[in-house]
Amino acid sequence: MSGAVVMPARRRVAWGKRAGLVIGGVIVGAVLLVAILAPWITPHDPFVQNLDNRLSVPFWMEGAKPGHLLGTDGLGRDYLSRLIYGARISMLIGLLTVVTSGLIGTTLGVLGGFFGGKVDDAVLFAITCRLAIPVVLVALAVVGLLGSSLTLVILVLGLLLWDRFAVVARSTTMQVRNLDYVSAAWAAGLSTPAILLKEILPNIASHLAVVATLEMALAILLEAALSFLGLGVPPPLPSWGLMIAEGKDYMFFSPWVIFIPGVALFILVFGINLLGDGLRDLLGAGDTR
Amino acid sequence: MSAPLLDIQGLRVEFGDTAAVRGASFTVSRGETHCVVGESGCGKSVSALAVMNLLARGARRSADRLVFAGQDLLALPERRMAELRGDRMAMIFQEPMTSLNPAYTVGSQMAEVYTRHRGGSRRAALDRAAGLLAKVGITAPGMRLGQFPHQLSGGLRQRVMIAMALMCDPELLIADEPTTALDVTVQAQILRLLAELQRDLGLAILLITHDLGIVARIAQRVSVMYAGEVVESAPTAALFADPSHPYTRGLLACVPVPGKVKREEALGSIPGVVPRIQPGFEGCAFRDRCAHAAPVCAGPVPRQRGEGAHEFLCRLPPGWTATERAA
Repeated sequence: MSGAVVMPARRRVAWGKRAGLVIGGVIVGAVLLVAILAPWITPHDPFVQNLDNRLSVPFWMEGAKPGHLLGTDGLGRDYLSRLIYGARISMLIGLLTVVTSGLIGTTLGVLGGFFGGKVDDAVLFAITCRLAIPVVLVALAVVGLLGSSLTLVILVLGLLLWDRFAVVARSTTMQVRNLDYVSAAWAAGLSTPAILLKEILPNIASHLAVVATLEMALAILLEAALSFLGLGVPPPLPSWGLMIAEGKDYMFFSPWVIFIPGVALFILVFGINLLGDGLRDLLGAGDTR
Repeated sequence: MSAPLLDIQGLRVEFGDTAAVRGASFTVSRGETHCVVGESGCGKSVSALAVMNLLARGARRSADRLVFAGQDLLALPERRMAELRGDRMAMIFQEPMTSLNPAYTVGSQMAEVYTRHRGGSRRAALDRAAGLLAKVGITAPGMRLGQFPHQLSGGLRQRVMIAMALMCDPELLIADEPTTALDVTVQAQILRLLAELQRDLGLAILLITHDLGIVARIAQRVSVMYAGEVVESAPTAALFADPSHPYTRGLLACVPVPGKVKREEALGSIPGVVPRIQPGFEGCAFRDRCAHAAPVCAGPVPRQRGEGAHEFLCRLPPGWTATERAA
């Protein structure tokens, strides 16, 4: 054989880092898939009560009933079905909150970082004001005034969780703004909106993606907390936080009623965080600076 | 002789209490390469950015005259200026490694410039981009169009930058140290390319550099800048034959000439650094570093004309170098 074949060098990411990314991606992907397919894969209607079959135990315990893999809750509703529909609520809230807060925060941060001066002062003031607002208290007050609903939870969280997006977008924009290719874009006669959308945004997107995962996890946890307090998603919608709240009366004799949604919540948030960390490592490794 | 394409008279740029450019004047005609040389911080890049109106915020620009192709750039609103940039006047930057946007392919960046100024379909713009990449000596332009900047070498990126600058057939090309970041062989290729393009397209090139070797290779006219002023301006041959400002003579003495400078002989150097000049500064800015300084140098400095279009800013009389050589 003549000469060795030179393989193109591929960037190696340590398996430890990639493992996090893969495991996180699989968890989040699986929950997302389950959430989307909920109507087709649930064994029972999650809203149908059966008072003759209350607190049936899950499959690993003595006396489990066939057909109810994870047992039933205090009103005899199939727990697996409720858990699957709960994934829908969590993902819906996580994604929509991130979209709303991401839009607000990125817009503010990019404008502040790009234009500087008075615009930046205004943005910094807005961020400071936002940080002074206690999220849970505002959510309490708003829900108390307007009554609880899914839309309201998404709106409250979306309008309150934009601060990290703004801070990150602002600082990264400041870095990118002075790079040579942005100067080159000015010299090529591009307009200000074109430079913002085409030169700045794509180059800060990776940082924003990492923030998005963190905010998503936070939003899901906050929704669970609000629902637990009875201020989030209204019953009978099967939110994981609400399931824990409803289960707390049976905690001593049927601990799995809060154990199951608790574990589900933990796994999802854990997966999202793994995904975020993995993304950060992956994108950080690609940095040429 | 027709009016020059770019006519700059008395350009001044100030940042806060620093005067970066103090009454610099130069002209560039169609088909001419005008080199601006000087050491770091002498205001050459700032002058170029001032022409494009791309100075950082906080900079104040003024001039007696700033005319491009018959248009008064001082009176032109920013909208119209942005239409000129990249279309009729284009710029190449020093760092090819960072001057391309890492988020887009070469093709889409080049097409963007064209569609911004000329409209038309993306397809047509990409065809034109491929043609220009071939013109600047890139093989397999079709493949390069689909590549990202990080897949290209420094020399290739600078060629891409040049091709991108040519997308809209500019009349003026401002090149700010286009070869400084490249190694010597690539440097020579890029310079040859610029000279060829100029011949083929009739470009006017304003080339900013600190490398006198580049000047000797491709410039028709040279302006030497020092501390924000053009201290000497002449046709290239005249400047190298008879450098009249002490600073120019110092610069030339710093360049080794094979065969002329002996191995043991120390190269010339100019003591000191470029002073930071505040607005309202009087006299010659070079006087603290000059071997010929005299008390009168603190007063107004005359702009003197030598033979032909040779101008310099010094109290010493034209032809003083000849008498010095005779002595």
